[in-house]
Amino acid sequence: MFDNLKTRVAAIGVLVVLSAWALWPRDTTTRTRGADGAYRDTVVRQINLKRGLDLQGGIHLALELDESRGRVPNCSDAIDRALRVIRTRIDEFGVAEPLVQKEGACRIVVELPGISDPGRAKDIVQRSAFLEFQMTDKQGLFRAALPAIDRALAAAGVTEAGIGRRVAGAADSARGAQAGAPASALEDLLGGARPADTAQGRRDTTRADSLGSTLGGTLSTLLFAGQMDGEFLVAEEKFVAVDAMLRHPAAERLVPRGIVWRWGVEPESRGARSYRRLYALEQRPIMTGEELVDAQARLDPIYNQAVVDFQLSRRGGRIFERETGRHVGDNMAIVLDGRVQSQPPVIRSQIGSRGQIELGSASLQEAQDLALVLKAGALPAPLQIVEERTVGPTLGADSIRDGIIAGVVGVALVVLLVIGYYRLSGVLAVAALGLYVLFTLGGLAALGATLTLPGIAGFALSITIAVDANVLIFERLREELEHGKSVRLAVDAGFKMAMNAIVDSNVAMVLTAALLFQFGTGPVKGFAVTLILGVAASMVTAIFVTRTFFLLYMSRRQLQTLSI
Amino acid sequence: MIRIFANANYDFIAYRKWAYGLTALIVVPGMLLMAARGVNYSIEFTGGALVQVRDTAGTMDIGGVRDALTEGGLPGAEITEFGGTSEFVIRARLEAQAGVGEAAAQATAAQVDSALSRAYGHGFLIARVEAVGPKVGGELRSRALLAVLMSFVAVLAYLALRFEWRFGLAAVLATAHDIITTLAFISYMDLEVSLVVVSAILTVVGYSLNDTIVIFDRTRENLHKYKREDLAGILNRSVNETLPRTIITNSTSLAALIALLVFGGPVIRPFAWVMAFGVFTGTFSSIYIAAPVLLLIERRWPGQDARGVKARVMPAGHGGAPPPTADAKPPRVPTP
Repeated sequence: MFDNLKTRVAAIGVLVVLSAWALWPRDTTTRTRGADGAYRDTVVRQINLKRGLDLQGGIHLALELDESRGRVPNCSDAIDRALRVIRTRIDEFGVAEPLVQKEGACRIVVELPGISDPGRAKDIVQRSAFLEFQMTDKQGLFRAALPAIDRALAAAGVTEAGIGRRVAGAADSARGAQAGAPASALEDLLGGARPADTAQGRRDTTRADSLGSTLGGTLSTLLFAGQMDGEFLVAEEKFVAVDAMLRHPAAERLVPRGIVWRWGVEPESRGARSYRRLYALEQRPIMTGEELVDAQARLDPIYNQAVVDFQLSRRGGRIFERETGRHVGDNMAIVLDGRVQSQPPVIRSQIGSRGQIELGSASLQEAQDLALVLKAGALPAPLQIVEERTVGPTLGADSIRDGIIAGVVGVALVVLLVIGYYRLSGVLAVAALGLYVLFTLGGLAALGATLTLPGIAGFALSITIAVDANVLIFERLREELEHGKSVRLAVDAGFKMAMNAIVDSNVAMVLTAALLFQFGTGPVKGFAVTLILGVAASMVTAIFVTRTFFLLYMSRRQLQTLSI
Repeated sequence: MIRIFANANYDFIAYRKWAYGLTALIVVPGMLLMAARGVNYSIEFTGGALVQVRDTAGTMDIGGVRDALTEGGLPGAEITEFGGTSEFVIRARLEAQAGVGEAAAQATAAQVDSALSRAYGHGFLIARVEAVGPKVGGELRSRALLAVLMSFVAVLAYLALRFEWRFGLAAVLATAHDIITTLAFISYMDLEVSLVVVSAILTVVGYSLNDTIVIFDRTRENLHKYKREDLAGILNRSVNETLPRTIITNSTSLAALIALLVFGGPVIRPFAWVMAFGVFTGTFSSIYIAAPVLLLIERRWPGQDARGVKARVMPAGHGGAPPPTADAKPPRVPTP
């Protein structure tokens, strides 16, 4: 298949293009939420190589249930509930690329890159959830106030584009201040985020909608009526602008007394577009999660629909009975940590200490999720931090600088040794090594791997493995030449005979690296991934690319001797 | 062209007793030292807190930090300088106190912070915090041990498949040798055994295997080529033939590791130390442990399959398995 020299060169070309494409910097939008609670979209143009916590600074937490005040019978279930709560909260906290996942049955791992205040992060993660039941704005007070809000926003000179620009500008200047020293090209290569040129950033975050700017009604044109009173739909891409407008002082003043607005928890897609729900709710909650004892999801066999049964404490039951009696036929929003969970269900009749939420056509899965949320309001036991790793941003920056210097010096030494010893053949090998570096980094970017300091070390080591493959081939080649073979035959034999040793030794390396991946935590995993990818790429370059270079070199001339 | 050790013909196998002696000379005192001092596990494995502080006011020194910590109720904390004299690493282990809860590590880290704040106000920055509960520490320790043992099994299985069980056993014994000498080295250097150092040990395993396999691959080939020669001669021949490669490859590896050691910064330095030593011990063990042990195993459990079975697993590119001919060595009679 690869006998033809042209096919070989084409195959290498394809690999190069694929790797370069994987590494090409692209715009990514991160949505974060600042301390003031406002959302911000930041667009940065960066290479798709994430830096690990040890390089960019951040906090890694492992949490377990604190059972010192009584055992928790089903820790997996309790952890599921806690996981959901923490996800919602981390979203509120406003971190780019957070990681919240369950590890094993009874542990949660939270990773927050680039956090400067670990104390606040720990507080937010450990705080117990706040659950409220609030009635939707049945009288349409919020809707009635919209024209006034539109006028006030217009008077204040707020446009959708204007709001966007301010946000982007603020984010950019924050980025600039943070960046400090000019980022070098290499830092950029290693995933150092650099703000995109401002024009680019603006175009992406603030694409003006002609409808919104020509029809006036700054805010109202962005809202679509939902299925019930007090429910609105907002296109996902306008979400940040709407959030910023509602927070604008001019608008805030005009939100009717006793009414609050809350976002739905997740965007939902309708056809090709994605929408976020916005709810106007009565400010006073009719019940909070403190009184909730239990919640269970089940399938109602009679009506064949998913329902959630919940139980309140005796005191809570009395209050709830009174409140729901007044609101039969109305929609009640279930709000967890300030976000409306699922679509507000209708209250069918007075509810006492045992209630039932009917979810209509929703699946059992959705019902189970809702039951989890309800129970999360009353966590069975507090969470405790069993492992913490925090790396400050300065240490991370030092590590990157040291890692890059060591990497560059190491590679330079290796290149000098190889070219010094093997001469022209060494140059061919180094050219293949250049491609090897490209393939490995491209592979890392394509996998979305995270680069850690041990990862950089693994990369430096895998270069020596790539060199080893070339050394095996060259030494073999020399032996064959000494046995009196012609250059062409010696090259063929050298590559063929070295193959076994290369494959066997590399497989052994990959086996140990795979075990490292299995047992390691963050940084060690990063090391294993770069090592595995590096070894794989080194086999491709040594066996295929270097050989092609030799064939190319020999195809032009009749060689009697070979510089090796 | 430059050639080093071309057509070398050293009698490596004859000197194996000296090699065993050298290994013993390194390992025995190292193990004694380790027994006397105990393994210097990092807080990741024991549970505890590590706080790295950066002196921003220029007022900190080890003595002062120790006084501040003693005053704050942490008299047993270890304090070391990190990189230069303006950064300090404070380690407080939990192992000494029995029955501590999982949150104790967190509490200890907070205690360090408050003790230093009392003494130095805002004159320092916290650059790094690691707080690991004792349960997590124990888990990490058993997982690390499991990973090393599993790597043995995986390699043994792979080599048995690709070569033959004797080769696999010899390679694994050589690897075990590398781990033991590396542990002795860690003990001499008084390096802290952290997750990163354990990964360095596992990488040494990979490197050493790499070396061993290259020599065994040549042995396998030579066993077919020189059917009359005895195993000792073939092993010697294989080691000598691959010697240039061994030297060049390990020089480039060492060059990269020295760059890491010098420029890689204090975080990665223990890793670079262990790896650099590992390159030496891996090379040594491939030549002086793996090859002689293979010879030893072959003498202990002789059999024709040492030559015959390998032929079956040879890839077709090697010309296939020649049928046993008259010039093949007659099978030895197994001793009861």
